[in-house]
Amino acid sequence: MTPVMVVFGLLGVVVILTALGMLLSRNAIYSALFLVLNFATVAVLYIILGAPFISLVQITVYAGSIMVMFLFVIMLLGAERLPGSDRLRRQRWIAAILGLVFVAQVILFIFFRGQLTAPVGTPPATLGSPQAVGTTLFTTYALPFEVTGAILVVATVGAILLTRGAALPYSPIRKEEK
Amino acid sequence: MEVSLWIEWVIKSLFIILLLTGGFAYTTLYERRVLARMQVRIGPNRAGPFGLLQPVADGIKLIFKEELIPEKADKLIFILAPVITVIPALIITAVVPWGESVWVFGREIKLYLADLDVGVLYLMAVTSISVYGITLAGWSSNNKYATLGGLRATAQMISYELAMGFAMLGPVLMAGSMRMIDIVNAQRSMWFILPQAIAFLIYLATSLAEINRAPFDMPEAEQELTAGYHTEYSGMKFALFFMAEYIKMIAISMIGSSLFLGGYHWPLPAHWLGGFAGPINLFGKTVIWMFFIIWVRATLPRIRYDKLMQLGWKVLFPLALLNVAVTAAVIVLVGG
Repeated sequence: MTPVMVVFGLLGVVVILTALGMLLSRNAIYSALFLVLNFATVAVLYIILGAPFISLVQITVYAGSIMVMFLFVIMLLGAERLPGSDRLRRQRWIAAILGLVFVAQVILFIFFRGQLTAPVGTPPATLGSPQAVGTTLFTTYALPFEVTGAILVVATVGAILLTRGAALPYSPIRKEEK
Repeated sequence: MEVSLWIEWVIKSLFIILLLTGGFAYTTLYERRVLARMQVRIGPNRAGPFGLLQPVADGIKLIFKEELIPEKADKLIFILAPVITVIPALIITAVVPWGESVWVFGREIKLYLADLDVGVLYLMAVTSISVYGITLAGWSSNNKYATLGGLRATAQMISYELAMGFAMLGPVLMAGSMRMIDIVNAQRSMWFILPQAIAFLIYLATSLAEINRAPFDMPEAEQELTAGYHTEYSGMKFALFFMAEYIKMIAISMIGSSLFLGGYHWPLPAHWLGGFAGPINLFGKTVIWMFFIIWVRATLPRIRYDKLMQLGWKVLFPLALLNVAVTAAVIVLVGG
Protein backbone atom coordinates (compact mmCIF):
# COMPACT_ATOMS: atom_id res chain seq x y z
CA MET A 1 0.00 0.00 0.00
CA THR A 2 1.45 3.31 -1.06
CA PRO A 3 0.81 6.51 0.97
CA VAL A 4 -1.37 7.80 -1.85
CA MET A 5 -3.64 4.77 -1.55
CA VAL A 6 -3.96 5.34 2.20
CA VAL A 7 -4.93 8.99 1.61
CA PHE A 8 -7.36 7.89 -1.09
CA GLY A 9 -8.99 5.42 1.30
CA LEU A 10 -9.25 7.97 4.10
CA LEU A 11 -10.83 10.50 1.74
CA GLY A 12 -13.26 7.79 0.62
CA VAL A 13 -14.31 7.38 4.25
CA VAL A 14 -14.77 11.16 4.51
CA VAL A 15 -16.96 11.10 1.37
CA ILE A 16 -19.20 8.40 2.85
CA LEU A 17 -19.40 10.10 6.25
CA THR A 18 -20.30 13.49 4.76
CA ALA A 19 -22.94 11.84 2.56
CA LEU A 20 -24.43 10.20 5.64
CA GLY A 21 -24.27 13.50 7.52
CA MET A 22 -26.13 15.17 4.66
CA LEU A 23 -28.90 12.56 4.82
CA LEU A 24 -29.23 12.35 8.59
CA SER A 25 -28.89 16.00 9.63
CA ARG A 26 -32.18 17.53 10.75
CA ASN A 27 -31.02 21.03 9.87
CA ALA A 28 -31.16 21.84 6.17
CA ILE A 29 -28.21 24.26 6.38
CA TYR A 30 -26.00 21.60 7.92
CA SER A 31 -27.18 19.11 5.27
CA ALA A 32 -26.15 21.56 2.55
CA LEU A 33 -22.77 22.12 4.21
CA PHE A 34 -22.17 18.39 4.47
CA LEU A 35 -22.90 18.14 0.75
CA VAL A 36 -20.40 20.95 0.04
CA LEU A 37 -17.77 19.04 2.03
CA ASN A 38 -18.69 15.92 0.09
CA PHE A 39 -18.21 17.67 -3.28
CA ALA A 40 -14.91 19.18 -2.12
CA THR A 41 -13.59 15.79 -0.99
CA VAL A 42 -14.60 14.18 -4.28
CA ALA A 43 -12.71 17.01 -6.01
CA VAL A 44 -9.58 16.05 -4.05
CA LEU A 45 -10.10 12.45 -5.16
CA TYR A 46 -10.14 13.69 -8.77
CA ILE A 47 -6.80 15.43 -8.20
CA ILE A 48 -5.29 12.20 -6.85
CA LEU A 49 -6.62 10.42 -9.95
CA GLY A 50 -4.74 12.94 -12.13
CA ALA A 51 -7.65 15.08 -13.34
CA PRO A 52 -7.09 18.61 -11.97
CA PHE A 53 -9.37 20.15 -14.62
CA ILE A 54 -12.39 18.04 -13.65
CA SER A 55 -11.56 18.60 -10.00
CA LEU A 56 -11.59 22.39 -10.23
CA VAL A 57 -14.70 22.37 -12.42
CA GLN A 58 -16.34 20.22 -9.74
CA ILE A 59 -15.49 22.84 -7.10
CA THR A 60 -16.50 25.82 -9.27
CA VAL A 61 -19.79 24.39 -10.48
CA TYR A 62 -21.04 22.11 -7.73
CA ALA A 63 -19.44 23.33 -4.51
CA GLY A 64 -19.27 26.94 -5.62
CA SER A 65 -22.40 27.71 -7.64
CA ILE A 66 -25.07 25.07 -7.20
CA MET A 67 -24.65 24.66 -3.45
CA VAL A 68 -24.54 28.41 -2.91
CA MET A 69 -27.91 28.55 -4.67
CA PHE A 70 -29.17 25.77 -2.38
CA LEU A 71 -28.04 27.68 0.72
CA PHE A 72 -29.54 30.86 -0.69
CA VAL A 73 -32.92 29.23 -1.22
CA ILE A 74 -32.89 27.53 2.19
CA MET A 75 -32.06 30.82 3.90
CA LEU A 76 -34.56 32.80 1.85
CA LEU A 77 -37.42 30.41 2.63
CA GLY A 78 -36.39 30.07 6.26
CA ALA A 79 -36.68 26.30 5.82
CA GLU A 80 -33.72 25.32 7.98
CA ARG A 81 -35.64 23.18 10.47
CA LEU A 82 -37.27 20.01 9.26
CA PRO A 83 -40.51 18.98 11.00
CA GLY A 84 -39.78 16.77 14.01
CA SER A 85 -41.91 13.76 13.07
CA ASP A 86 -41.44 11.68 9.97
CA ARG A 87 -44.53 11.90 7.79
CA LEU A 88 -43.64 8.88 5.68
CA ARG A 89 -43.22 6.52 8.65
CA ARG A 90 -45.59 3.92 7.12
CA GLN A 91 -43.41 3.56 4.06
CA ARG A 92 -40.25 2.77 6.00
CA TRP A 93 -40.52 -1.01 5.70
CA ILE A 94 -40.94 -0.70 1.92
CA ALA A 95 -37.78 1.41 1.79
CA ALA A 96 -35.90 -1.20 3.82
CA ILE A 97 -36.98 -4.06 1.53
CA LEU A 98 -36.19 -2.10 -1.64
CA GLY A 99 -32.81 -1.13 -0.21
CA LEU A 100 -31.99 -4.76 0.51
CA VAL A 101 -33.05 -5.73 -3.03
CA PHE A 102 -30.77 -3.03 -4.42
CA VAL A 103 -27.78 -4.17 -2.34
CA ALA A 104 -28.41 -7.78 -3.41
CA GLN A 105 -28.54 -6.66 -7.04
CA VAL A 106 -25.23 -4.82 -6.76
CA ILE A 107 -23.55 -7.79 -5.07
CA LEU A 108 -24.87 -10.20 -7.71
CA PHE A 109 -23.77 -7.88 -10.50
CA ILE A 110 -20.22 -7.62 -9.14
CA PHE A 111 -20.20 -11.39 -8.53
CA PHE A 112 -21.20 -12.34 -12.08
CA ARG A 113 -19.37 -9.52 -13.87
CA GLY A 114 -15.99 -10.04 -12.26
CA GLN A 115 -14.23 -7.56 -14.56
CA LEU A 116 -15.98 -4.69 -12.78
CA THR A 117 -13.38 -4.91 -10.02
CA ALA A 118 -10.49 -5.54 -12.40
CA PRO A 119 -7.80 -2.82 -12.18
CA VAL A 120 -7.85 -0.21 -14.93
CA GLY A 121 -4.58 0.59 -16.67
CA THR A 122 -2.89 3.86 -15.71
CA PRO A 123 -4.01 6.58 -18.12
CA PRO A 124 -1.36 8.88 -19.68
CA ALA A 125 -0.52 11.90 -17.53
CA THR A 126 -1.84 14.36 -20.14
CA LEU A 127 -5.32 12.82 -20.20
CA GLY A 128 -6.66 15.27 -17.63
CA SER A 129 -5.08 18.43 -19.06
CA PRO A 130 -7.45 21.19 -20.21
CA GLN A 131 -6.30 20.81 -23.83
CA ALA A 132 -7.00 17.06 -23.82
CA VAL A 133 -10.40 17.46 -22.16
CA GLY A 134 -11.35 20.26 -24.56
CA THR A 135 -10.26 18.36 -27.64
CA THR A 136 -12.15 15.24 -26.60
CA LEU A 137 -15.23 17.27 -25.77
CA PHE A 138 -15.32 19.05 -29.12
CA THR A 139 -14.36 16.10 -31.37
CA THR A 140 -15.33 12.68 -30.02
CA TYR A 141 -18.21 13.91 -27.87
CA ALA A 142 -19.23 16.95 -29.93
CA LEU A 143 -22.85 15.80 -30.43
CA PRO A 144 -23.59 14.93 -26.77
CA PHE A 145 -21.89 18.18 -25.76
CA GLU A 146 -24.04 20.28 -28.09
CA VAL A 147 -27.21 18.40 -27.13
CA THR A 148 -26.46 19.01 -23.44
CA GLY A 149 -25.94 22.68 -24.17
CA ALA A 150 -29.24 22.89 -26.06
CA ILE A 151 -31.10 21.13 -23.25
CA LEU A 152 -29.63 23.53 -20.68
CA VAL A 153 -30.63 26.55 -22.76
CA VAL A 154 -34.17 25.19 -23.11
CA ALA A 155 -34.30 24.60 -19.35
CA THR A 156 -33.10 28.15 -18.66
CA VAL A 157 -35.63 29.69 -21.01
CA GLY A 158 -38.35 27.50 -19.50
CA ALA A 159 -37.41 28.56 -15.98
CA ILE A 160 -37.53 32.23 -16.93
CA LEU A 161 -40.93 31.75 -18.62
CA LEU A 162 -42.29 29.92 -15.56
CA THR A 163 -41.24 32.70 -13.19
CA ARG A 164 -42.93 35.29 -15.38
CA GLY A 165 -46.02 33.07 -15.44
CA ALA A 166 -49.41 33.99 -16.85
CA ALA A 167 -49.01 37.63 -15.85
CA LEU A 168 -47.11 38.33 -19.04
CA PRO A 169 -49.96 38.91 -21.54
CA TYR A 170 -51.94 41.03 -19.04
CA SER A 171 -49.10 43.05 -17.57
CA PRO A 172 -49.55 46.85 -17.60
CA ILE A 173 -46.40 47.26 -19.68
CA ARG A 174 -47.97 45.26 -22.49
CA LYS A 175 -51.15 47.31 -22.39
CA GLU A 176 -49.24 50.54 -22.69
CA GLU A 177 -47.42 49.20 -25.69
CA LYS A 178 -50.68 48.37 -27.43
CA MET B 1 10.11 13.70 -4.10
CA GLU B 2 13.09 15.23 -2.34
CA VAL B 3 12.74 16.63 1.15
CA SER B 4 14.32 20.00 0.32
CA LEU B 5 11.58 20.64 -2.22
CA TRP B 6 8.93 20.08 0.45
CA ILE B 7 10.75 22.49 2.76
CA GLU B 8 10.90 25.03 -0.07
CA TRP B 9 7.14 24.78 -0.61
CA VAL B 10 6.38 25.14 3.07
CA ILE B 11 8.62 28.22 3.33
CA LYS B 12 7.03 29.76 0.22
CA SER B 13 3.52 29.11 1.55
CA LEU B 14 4.36 30.63 4.92
CA PHE B 15 5.96 33.58 3.17
CA ILE B 16 2.83 34.23 1.09
CA ILE B 17 0.55 33.96 4.13
CA LEU B 18 2.72 36.23 6.27
CA LEU B 19 3.08 38.71 3.43
CA LEU B 20 -0.68 38.82 2.90
CA THR B 21 -1.48 39.21 6.60
CA GLY B 22 1.21 41.85 7.01
CA GLY B 23 0.02 43.44 3.77
CA PHE B 24 -3.50 43.48 5.20
CA ALA B 25 -2.35 45.50 8.21
CA TYR B 26 -0.64 48.10 6.07
CA THR B 27 -3.42 48.16 3.47
CA THR B 28 -5.76 49.42 6.19
CA LEU B 29 -3.31 52.23 6.97
CA TYR B 30 -2.81 52.91 3.24
CA GLU B 31 -6.55 53.17 2.72
CA ARG B 32 -7.09 55.42 5.71
CA ARG B 33 -4.26 57.75 4.77
CA VAL B 34 -5.28 57.99 1.11
CA LEU B 35 -8.97 58.45 1.96
CA ALA B 36 -8.03 61.15 4.45
CA ARG B 37 -5.98 63.02 1.88
CA MET B 38 -8.81 62.82 -0.65
CA GLN B 39 -11.22 64.21 1.95
CA VAL B 40 -8.81 67.00 2.93
CA ARG B 41 -7.98 65.41 6.30
CA ILE B 42 -4.67 64.16 7.66
CA GLY B 43 -5.58 60.63 8.71
CA PRO B 44 -3.97 58.51 11.44
CA ASN B 45 -0.54 59.98 12.19
CA ARG B 46 -0.13 59.65 15.98
CA ALA B 47 1.09 56.08 16.48
CA GLY B 48 4.71 55.99 15.34
CA PRO B 49 6.27 58.01 12.50
CA PHE B 50 3.64 58.77 9.80
CA GLY B 51 1.20 56.60 11.78
CA LEU B 52 3.13 53.48 10.82
CA LEU B 53 2.36 51.77 14.13
CA GLN B 54 -1.40 52.37 13.76
CA PRO B 55 -2.14 48.82 12.46
CA VAL B 56 -0.28 47.39 15.47
CA ALA B 57 -2.34 49.53 17.81
CA ASP B 58 -5.55 48.46 16.05
CA GLY B 59 -4.53 44.82 16.29
CA ILE B 60 -3.83 45.06 20.04
CA LYS B 61 -7.15 46.81 20.56
CA LEU B 62 -9.05 44.09 18.68
CA ILE B 63 -7.30 41.28 20.58
CA PHE B 64 -8.38 42.72 23.93
CA LYS B 65 -11.97 43.31 22.85
CA GLU B 66 -14.67 41.13 24.32
CA GLU B 67 -15.95 38.37 22.02
CA LEU B 68 -19.74 38.35 21.94
CA ILE B 69 -21.81 35.46 20.64
CA PRO B 70 -25.57 36.09 20.40
CA GLU B 71 -27.54 33.69 22.58
CA LYS B 72 -29.78 32.38 19.79
CA ALA B 73 -26.96 32.16 17.25
CA ASP B 74 -25.89 28.87 15.68
CA LYS B 75 -22.64 28.77 17.66
CA LEU B 76 -20.64 26.29 15.58
CA ILE B 77 -21.27 28.07 12.27
CA PHE B 78 -21.00 31.48 13.95
CA ILE B 79 -17.44 30.63 15.04
CA LEU B 80 -16.51 28.85 11.80
CA ALA B 81 -17.79 31.55 9.43
CA PRO B 82 -14.88 34.03 9.88
CA VAL B 83 -12.40 31.19 9.34
CA ILE B 84 -14.22 30.02 6.21
CA THR B 85 -14.09 33.62 4.95
CA VAL B 86 -10.36 34.07 5.49
CA ILE B 87 -9.10 30.79 4.01
CA PRO B 88 -10.08 31.43 0.34
CA ALA B 89 -8.57 34.92 0.60
CA LEU B 90 -5.28 33.46 1.83
CA ILE B 91 -5.01 30.66 -0.73
CA ILE B 92 -6.16 32.41 -3.92
CA THR B 93 -2.81 34.02 -4.75
CA ALA B 94 -1.01 30.65 -4.70
CA VAL B 95 -1.04 30.47 -8.52
CA VAL B 96 0.09 34.05 -9.18
CA PRO B 97 3.75 34.08 -10.28
CA TRP B 98 5.98 36.82 -8.86
CA GLY B 99 8.99 36.54 -11.10
CA GLU B 100 11.26 34.11 -12.88
CA SER B 101 13.75 32.72 -10.39
CA VAL B 102 16.29 33.87 -7.83
CA TRP B 103 19.40 32.26 -6.36
CA VAL B 104 19.30 31.99 -2.58
CA PHE B 105 22.07 30.12 -0.72
CA GLY B 106 23.26 28.51 -3.96
CA ARG B 107 19.83 27.14 -4.74
CA GLU B 108 17.61 28.24 -7.61
CA ILE B 109 14.22 29.24 -6.25
CA LYS B 110 11.35 29.59 -8.72
CA LEU B 111 9.29 32.65 -7.84
CA TYR B 112 5.89 30.98 -7.77
CA LEU B 113 4.21 28.58 -5.41
CA ALA B 114 2.08 26.48 -7.74
CA ASP B 115 2.38 26.13 -11.51
CA LEU B 116 -1.04 24.69 -12.27
CA ASP B 117 -2.01 24.08 -15.88
CA VAL B 118 -5.52 25.11 -14.81
CA GLY B 119 -4.42 28.23 -12.91
CA VAL B 120 -7.26 30.51 -14.01
CA LEU B 121 -9.80 27.82 -13.23
CA TYR B 122 -8.25 27.60 -9.75
CA LEU B 123 -8.88 31.31 -9.33
CA MET B 124 -12.52 30.80 -10.35
CA ALA B 125 -12.92 27.84 -7.99
CA VAL B 126 -11.54 29.73 -5.00
CA THR B 127 -13.63 32.81 -5.84
CA SER B 128 -16.77 30.71 -6.03
CA ILE B 129 -16.27 29.15 -2.58
CA SER B 130 -15.44 32.46 -0.93
CA VAL B 131 -19.17 33.27 -0.76
CA TYR B 132 -19.83 30.70 1.95
CA GLY B 133 -18.19 32.49 4.87
CA ILE B 134 -20.22 35.65 4.37
CA THR B 135 -23.49 33.83 3.72
CA LEU B 136 -23.07 31.62 6.77
CA ALA B 137 -22.01 34.53 8.97
CA GLY B 138 -25.21 36.32 8.05
CA TRP B 139 -27.40 33.31 8.65
CA SER B 140 -25.82 32.06 11.86
CA SER B 141 -26.02 35.45 13.60
CA ASN B 142 -29.81 35.10 13.85
CA ASN B 143 -30.18 38.80 13.22
CA LYS B 144 -32.35 40.19 10.44
CA TYR B 145 -29.82 42.76 9.27
CA ALA B 146 -27.07 40.16 9.23
CA THR B 147 -29.23 37.68 7.32
CA LEU B 148 -30.24 40.31 4.77
CA GLY B 149 -26.60 41.28 4.36
CA GLY B 150 -25.62 37.64 3.87
CA LEU B 151 -28.38 37.11 1.28
CA ARG B 152 -27.38 40.25 -0.59
CA ALA B 153 -23.76 39.16 -0.60
CA THR B 154 -24.70 35.76 -2.00
CA ALA B 155 -26.87 37.17 -4.76
CA GLN B 156 -24.30 39.79 -5.68
CA MET B 157 -21.32 37.48 -5.69
CA ILE B 158 -22.91 34.73 -7.77
CA SER B 159 -24.20 37.32 -10.24
CA TYR B 160 -20.83 38.94 -10.76
CA GLU B 161 -18.82 35.72 -10.65
CA LEU B 162 -19.99 34.72 -14.14
CA ALA B 163 -19.04 37.99 -15.77
CA MET B 164 -15.69 37.92 -13.97
CA GLY B 165 -15.00 34.39 -15.20
CA PHE B 166 -15.71 35.47 -18.78
CA ALA B 167 -13.52 38.55 -18.34
CA MET B 168 -10.67 36.29 -17.20
CA LEU B 169 -11.21 34.12 -20.28
CA GLY B 170 -10.05 37.01 -22.51
CA PRO B 171 -6.37 36.76 -21.44
CA VAL B 172 -6.69 32.95 -21.41
CA LEU B 173 -7.76 32.97 -25.06
CA MET B 174 -5.02 35.45 -25.99
CA ALA B 175 -2.31 33.41 -24.31
CA GLY B 176 -3.78 30.06 -25.39
CA SER B 177 -3.22 28.67 -21.90
CA MET B 178 -4.83 28.67 -18.49
CA ARG B 179 -1.41 28.61 -16.82
CA MET B 180 -0.71 31.94 -15.12
CA ILE B 181 3.00 31.90 -16.08
CA ASP B 182 2.10 31.47 -19.76
CA ILE B 183 -0.36 34.34 -19.53
CA VAL B 184 2.24 36.64 -17.96
CA ASN B 185 4.90 35.63 -20.48
CA ALA B 186 2.51 36.17 -23.40
CA GLN B 187 2.37 39.86 -22.40
CA ARG B 188 6.08 40.52 -22.97
CA SER B 189 5.44 42.47 -26.18
CA MET B 190 2.00 43.88 -25.39
CA TRP B 191 -0.07 44.03 -22.22
CA PHE B 192 -3.50 42.42 -22.55
CA ILE B 193 -5.11 45.65 -21.33
CA LEU B 194 -4.82 46.92 -24.94
CA PRO B 195 -6.42 44.12 -27.01
CA GLN B 196 -8.65 43.09 -24.09
CA ALA B 197 -9.72 46.55 -22.93
CA ILE B 198 -13.36 45.47 -22.52
CA ALA B 199 -12.38 42.40 -20.52
CA PHE B 200 -10.16 44.62 -18.37
CA LEU B 201 -12.98 47.05 -17.59
CA ILE B 202 -15.37 44.19 -16.83
CA TYR B 203 -12.77 42.60 -14.55
CA LEU B 204 -12.27 45.93 -12.80
CA ALA B 205 -16.00 46.33 -12.10
CA THR B 206 -16.82 42.72 -11.27
CA SER B 207 -13.81 42.26 -9.02
CA LEU B 208 -14.94 45.24 -6.93
CA ALA B 209 -18.35 43.59 -6.65
CA GLU B 210 -16.81 40.24 -5.74
CA ILE B 211 -14.95 41.68 -2.78
CA ASN B 212 -17.89 43.90 -1.77
CA ARG B 213 -15.98 47.15 -2.13
CA ALA B 214 -17.50 50.53 -2.88
CA PRO B 215 -19.46 51.30 -5.04
CA PHE B 216 -20.76 47.74 -4.78
CA ASP B 217 -20.61 47.38 -0.97
CA MET B 218 -24.32 46.58 -0.68
CA PRO B 219 -23.85 43.65 1.75
CA GLU B 220 -22.62 46.06 4.41
CA ALA B 221 -24.57 49.20 3.51
CA GLU B 222 -24.54 51.01 6.86
CA GLN B 223 -27.66 53.11 6.35
CA GLU B 224 -29.86 50.11 5.57
CA LEU B 225 -28.25 47.10 7.24
CA THR B 226 -26.21 48.53 10.16
CA ALA B 227 -23.10 46.54 9.25
CA GLY B 228 -24.59 43.73 7.16
CA TYR B 229 -23.36 40.22 7.66
CA HIS B 230 -20.85 41.09 10.40
CA THR B 231 -23.27 43.11 12.56
CA GLU B 232 -23.03 40.62 15.43
CA TYR B 233 -19.29 40.04 15.25
CA SER B 234 -16.78 41.62 17.58
CA GLY B 235 -13.15 41.33 18.60
CA MET B 236 -10.90 39.03 16.61
CA LYS B 237 -13.80 37.42 14.74
CA PHE B 238 -14.66 40.80 13.30
CA ALA B 239 -10.96 41.33 12.60
CA LEU B 240 -10.97 38.15 10.51
CA PHE B 241 -13.74 39.50 8.26
CA PHE B 242 -11.88 42.76 7.99
CA MET B 243 -8.71 40.85 7.16
CA ALA B 244 -10.45 38.76 4.49
CA GLU B 245 -11.80 41.89 2.82
CA TYR B 246 -8.41 43.60 2.63
CA ILE B 247 -6.52 40.45 1.63
CA LYS B 248 -9.05 39.96 -1.18
CA MET B 249 -8.30 43.52 -2.23
CA ILE B 250 -4.60 42.67 -2.45
CA ALA B 251 -5.42 39.40 -4.24
CA ILE B 252 -7.58 40.92 -6.98
CA SER B 253 -4.95 43.60 -7.54
CA MET B 254 -2.24 40.96 -7.94
CA ILE B 255 -4.42 38.79 -10.19
CA GLY B 256 -5.55 41.74 -12.29
CA SER B 257 -1.97 42.97 -12.70
CA SER B 258 -0.90 39.50 -13.84
CA LEU B 259 -3.80 39.03 -16.24
CA PHE B 260 -3.91 42.48 -17.84
CA LEU B 261 -0.90 44.59 -16.84
CA GLY B 262 1.96 42.29 -17.78
CA GLY B 263 2.49 40.79 -14.32
CA TYR B 264 6.13 40.78 -13.24
CA HIS B 265 7.51 42.03 -16.59
CA TRP B 266 8.10 45.76 -17.14
CA PRO B 267 9.14 48.41 -16.17
CA LEU B 268 12.24 46.64 -14.83
CA PRO B 269 13.40 43.61 -16.85
CA ALA B 270 12.37 40.60 -14.75
CA HIS B 271 15.90 39.15 -14.54
CA TRP B 272 17.48 42.29 -13.08
CA LEU B 273 18.69 42.52 -9.46
CA GLY B 274 19.31 38.79 -9.50
CA GLY B 275 15.68 38.13 -10.37
CA PHE B 276 14.22 40.31 -7.62
CA ALA B 277 13.05 42.91 -10.15
CA GLY B 278 10.03 40.70 -10.96
CA PRO B 279 8.48 40.88 -7.49
CA ILE B 280 9.24 44.62 -7.35
CA ASN B 281 7.33 45.17 -10.63
CA LEU B 282 4.36 43.16 -9.40
CA PHE B 283 4.42 44.95 -6.04
CA GLY B 284 4.38 48.35 -7.75
CA LYS B 285 1.47 47.40 -9.99
CA THR B 286 -0.45 45.98 -7.04
CA VAL B 287 0.01 49.17 -5.01
CA ILE B 288 -1.20 51.30 -7.95
CA TRP B 289 -4.21 49.04 -8.50
CA MET B 290 -5.11 49.28 -4.80
CA PHE B 291 -4.77 53.06 -4.97
CA PHE B 292 -7.34 52.96 -7.75
CA ILE B 293 -9.71 50.86 -5.61
CA ILE B 294 -9.41 53.34 -2.73
CA TRP B 295 -9.85 56.23 -5.14
CA VAL B 296 -13.09 54.69 -6.43
CA ARG B 297 -14.32 54.34 -2.84
CA ALA B 298 -13.60 57.97 -2.13
CA THR B 299 -15.29 59.13 -5.34
CA LEU B 300 -18.34 57.06 -6.21
CA PRO B 301 -21.53 56.74 -4.16
CA ARG B 302 -22.96 53.29 -3.52
CA ILE B 303 -25.31 52.20 -6.30
CA ARG B 304 -28.82 50.97 -5.63
CA TYR B 305 -29.31 47.23 -5.21
CA ASP B 306 -31.64 46.63 -8.19
CA LYS B 307 -29.36 48.77 -10.38
CA LEU B 308 -26.46 46.61 -9.24
CA MET B 309 -28.22 43.41 -10.29
CA GLN B 310 -29.27 44.94 -13.60
CA LEU B 311 -25.75 46.09 -14.29
CA GLY B 312 -24.42 42.64 -13.55
CA TRP B 313 -26.89 40.57 -15.54
CA LYS B 314 -27.98 42.91 -18.34
CA VAL B 315 -24.80 44.83 -19.10
CA LEU B 316 -21.61 43.22 -17.84
CA PHE B 317 -22.55 39.57 -18.44
CA PRO B 318 -23.67 39.90 -22.10
CA LEU B 319 -20.74 42.21 -22.78
CA ALA B 320 -18.28 39.71 -21.34
CA LEU B 321 -19.89 36.90 -23.34
CA LEU B 322 -19.66 38.97 -26.53
CA ASN B 323 -16.04 39.80 -25.78
CA VAL B 324 -15.17 36.12 -25.44
CA ALA B 325 -16.98 35.24 -28.68
CA VAL B 326 -15.32 38.06 -30.63
CA THR B 327 -11.88 37.30 -29.20
CA ALA B 328 -12.22 33.62 -30.04
CA ALA B 329 -13.36 34.40 -33.59
CA VAL B 330 -10.54 36.88 -34.17
CA ILE B 331 -7.94 34.46 -32.83
CA VAL B 332 -9.21 31.71 -35.12
CA LEU B 333 -9.27 34.05 -38.14
CA VAL B 334 -5.81 35.49 -37.48
CA GLY B 335 -4.53 32.01 -36.70
CA GLY B 336 -3.05 32.61 -33.27
